[in-house]
Amino acid sequence: MTLRRIFIIATICFFSMGLLISQANAFDGEYKVGAVFSVTGRGSFLGDPEKKTARMLAEKINNAGGINGKKLELVLYDDEGDATKCNLAVKKLITRHKVCAVIGPSLSGLSLAVIPVAEKYKTPLVSCAASYKIVHNKKTGKPYKWVFKSPQSDSMAVKAIYTHLKNRGINKIAIISVTSGFGASGRSELIRLATEYNMNIIADEKYGPKDTDMTAQLTKIKGKAPAAIVNWSIGPTQVTVTRNWRDLGMAGIPLYQSHGFGSRKNIKLAAGAAEGVLCPLGGCNIAELLPADHPQKSATMDYLKDYTAKYNEPLSSFGGHAWDALQIVVNALTAAGNDKAGIRDYIENTKGFVGQHGVFNFSPDDHNGLTKGAFHMVIVKGDNWALVD
Amino acid sequence: MLRIAKLPIAVFALSIIIFPWIARQIPAIEHYTDIMVFVGIYCLITIGLSLLMGYAGQISVGHAAFFGIGAYISGILTANYSINAWACMAIGMAVTAVVAALVGTPSLKLKGHYLAMATLAFGIIIFIIFNEEIEWTGGPDGMPGIPGLSLFGFEFDSVERYYYLVWGFVLTVFIFTVNVIQSGAGRVLRAIHASEQAASALGVDVSRFKLLVFVYSAVLASLAGSFYAHYLNFINPSTFDLFFSIKLLIMIALGGMHSIWGAIIGTGLITFLSNEWLHYFEEFEIIVYGGILLFVTVLLPDGLAGVPGIVKGWFKE
Amino acid sequence: MEKITLASQLLQYLITGLTVGSVYAMVAVGFNIIYNVTEIINFAQGEFVMLGGLIMVSLHVAVGLPIILAFPATIVLVTMIGILIDRLAIRPIRRPSVLTLIVATIAVSILIKGTASLIWGKDPFDLPAFSGRNPITFLGAVVQPQYFWVIGFLIITAVALSIFFNRTIIGKAMTACADNADAASLVGINVKQMILLSFALSAAIGAVAGIAITPISLMEYDRGAMLAVKGFGAVILGGLGSFPGAILGGLIMGSIESFGAGLIHSGYKDAFALIVLLIILFFKPSGLMGSIEISRIKRF
Repeated sequence: MTLRRIFIIATICFFSMGLLISQANAFDGEYKVGAVFSVTGRGSFLGDPEKKTARMLAEKINNAGGINGKKLELVLYDDEGDATKCNLAVKKLITRHKVCAVIGPSLSGLSLAVIPVAEKYKTPLVSCAASYKIVHNKKTGKPYKWVFKSPQSDSMAVKAIYTHLKNRGINKIAIISVTSGFGASGRSELIRLATEYNMNIIADEKYGPKDTDMTAQLTKIKGKAPAAIVNWSIGPTQVTVTRNWRDLGMAGIPLYQSHGFGSRKNIKLAAGAAEGVLCPLGGCNIAELLPADHPQKSATMDYLKDYTAKYNEPLSSFGGHAWDALQIVVNALTAAGNDKAGIRDYIENTKGFVGQHGVFNFSPDDHNGLTKGAFHMVIVKGDNWALVD
Repeated sequence: MLRIAKLPIAVFALSIIIFPWIARQIPAIEHYTDIMVFVGIYCLITIGLSLLMGYAGQISVGHAAFFGIGAYISGILTANYSINAWACMAIGMAVTAVVAALVGTPSLKLKGHYLAMATLAFGIIIFIIFNEEIEWTGGPDGMPGIPGLSLFGFEFDSVERYYYLVWGFVLTVFIFTVNVIQSGAGRVLRAIHASEQAASALGVDVSRFKLLVFVYSAVLASLAGSFYAHYLNFINPSTFDLFFSIKLLIMIALGGMHSIWGAIIGTGLITFLSNEWLHYFEEFEIIVYGGILLFVTVLLPDGLAGVPGIVKGWFKE
Repeated sequence: MEKITLASQLLQYLITGLTVGSVYAMVAVGFNIIYNVTEIINFAQGEFVMLGGLIMVSLHVAVGLPIILAFPATIVLVTMIGILIDRLAIRPIRRPSVLTLIVATIAVSILIKGTASLIWGKDPFDLPAFSGRNPITFLGAVVQPQYFWVIGFLIITAVALSIFFNRTIIGKAMTACADNADAASLVGINVKQMILLSFALSAAIGAVAGIAITPISLMEYDRGAMLAVKGFGAVILGGLGSFPGAILGGLIMGSIESFGAGLIHSGYKDAFALIVLLIILFFKPSGLMGSIEISRIKRF
């Protein structure tokens, strides 16, 4: 009974607490950059490394003296993969924290959702999501004025895979994808680009992000006897598909994974089943494999060293998107100062920026800055990758 | 619980009206008006759901589906076919009413956990349809480019304008629902809740009443969905998943199931907790959220709406 | 690679369906044990499966205990968590209404999930298969030995439970509580202890399912919710409170998903199982093997 009273009084106080806590959040940095990532929830495989990378990079910049002597304040919110929270977070960053630019969100759908906010409040936004639609306004055929993105488009990963298949003389393929945004986006690119590369998709199967077994779908594919299989997913389902594929005796049909496969953890989890699996990866995934004279070599090796030392876990390629986005904004801040329009113009004219996922060349018509060359095909050998041609 | 007095409603309405002005004076909570828009939208759903669960005694674990149907119909028709937004809202409500009637008629014959599962199943099936029918809905990546609302040239394009629009509807629905509860129909509902057999023995057409309340709550959810779509200008299927249906249940349980006030309190609390107050705890957010839920359900079985009664009880002692 | 015949495909779908269905069945049995004694639906049931998998990973992979020791140790730990839930979350609730209890168990599942994400992080984990990973070929279908372990555990669980409830005193005492708690306590049965035992048993069965399935499909912190939903579906399909119903319900749901994915459209496979569930409910409102009396009891 007493516990109950205490609890009720505490509850009544809790409401006022909420106000006080919000007050405590008002910091006074010099240059404020906002970040919204899906750190928890359905996009956590993206947002978690992105958050860690962004914080790590911001700290590194401040330790080296900041931006033109001024401190960089990174205000970071977790949208939990939810459109409502993402919208609220971006609006809050712009109106309350008065950031000069926003990096993120992690998810394509949410990025599309907040484009109107960035445009309305005239704030540069560098998304860390993959869909080409983020930088392509269907109505005008040109990018949105204030929106950029750092990741390669899914279409580039698909093109890398299709080019490789074409060179092997394969054109009868099966695709299998997860029913989340990541999978659906990849699947639609696979279908869209099929005719361009002479690909005949004879099977198109799906599974859910929390499914535990894909043998039914793979059995159906086995029945149609394709010459290669492309799987588009992220998280444990990639490993489950790989295991099922090998268990069903389908190792004779080459399996291509999406760039979501890019973590050595996945090779380990597949317990040997991943031998011979192919996938396209961005530079930062294969830092050690890049030749010494590759333009990205030193940037990616530094990132690999810093990240693994600070967080004691393997690098995730998705963190690299946040690195690219933040560094792009920081470069613009260094040149243009706290002026949103100036930052935007600077980003739009950035050329030759060496990032984790490629060398960026932005222009008024290209707010992504990357080409197909940003992906390298690799094959799993033992418990590591090797480059293939 | 039975007599809902005029004074609290007037005070409530007044607080709603001056809230944005107050928020603008305090920089720390300036953006709370934005969150309150969502509170209002969700209240439209929970008022109806509270009537269904607290008064008619039926559970629905699938109301996110109706929220989504309203949102997608508004979204698809306004974005792709440029039909007048208000007409689309009405169309959405009509379609939802039909769907609710079709689903409700067989489902409401089920009892207790069976009804819960049937509504849960329905909710998931609708979610899967939203996710799979990519040509219509845009699939998991969602549907952007949904226009905002305007009336005779007056655009509801700022946070405050939308706030007053939504809360105007919420207050109207609230007063209407309260009147229903205090009317003859309300007594019938309470009779059904107490004992379906007794009510039926007294000549009440039990299934018709249950269906009516179910459809009413579904239509309100659809209206909320339309408002949501036009505010965010974007919708995606994960907003309308099972977890949102469960969140609605939590809002009602927390606020107090047997009072329409409970719906408002619970909705406000949960929305502010998950969108604002718990951010402070970062990775502990989920645990704090679960902990708060557990505490309130264990210690306050009548929800927060029962607190004033309890506090009054202390003074009597 | 030769083309695979339709018959082999169907056999493959069946085996997968039965394996996945066995997990649903074990979750469903867990639901029923608690429901029978307390009339509560414990939505944290799926978390027991998750905990079983992850704790086993920690004990066997991180600490290095051999499977023969780690297995019972995991079961004991998860059982203790089940008991904790009863003590801390269920027992203290004053004037429980069904909605309150539902929200309480949901709150517990959120707490468990949150704690798991802090302890194990968000990554998936693997367990070595109990008897190796060499696939067995069988009439054109390829089966991992671990599948047989999963189905095997279901059979063992079913047999053990039926012996327990029908032949032992404690088991019969639990059944008595399910029928009429007041009468049971009049005869001297400690109802509170029976409730505790029901949570413990459910947790243990969930843990077994989790340990068995992890070598096939890995395990991560948020797998619990979907399993709970599907397990609940299996419970309702088979009829609340009926053990044979739960097992049948689980196997049917798993099989419909598998056949639906393979033969019709894999994007809608979950919907197929739910549609069948709805149709069955509309014709037989108390589930396949449930009784009308039980279905009429619960009010909100």
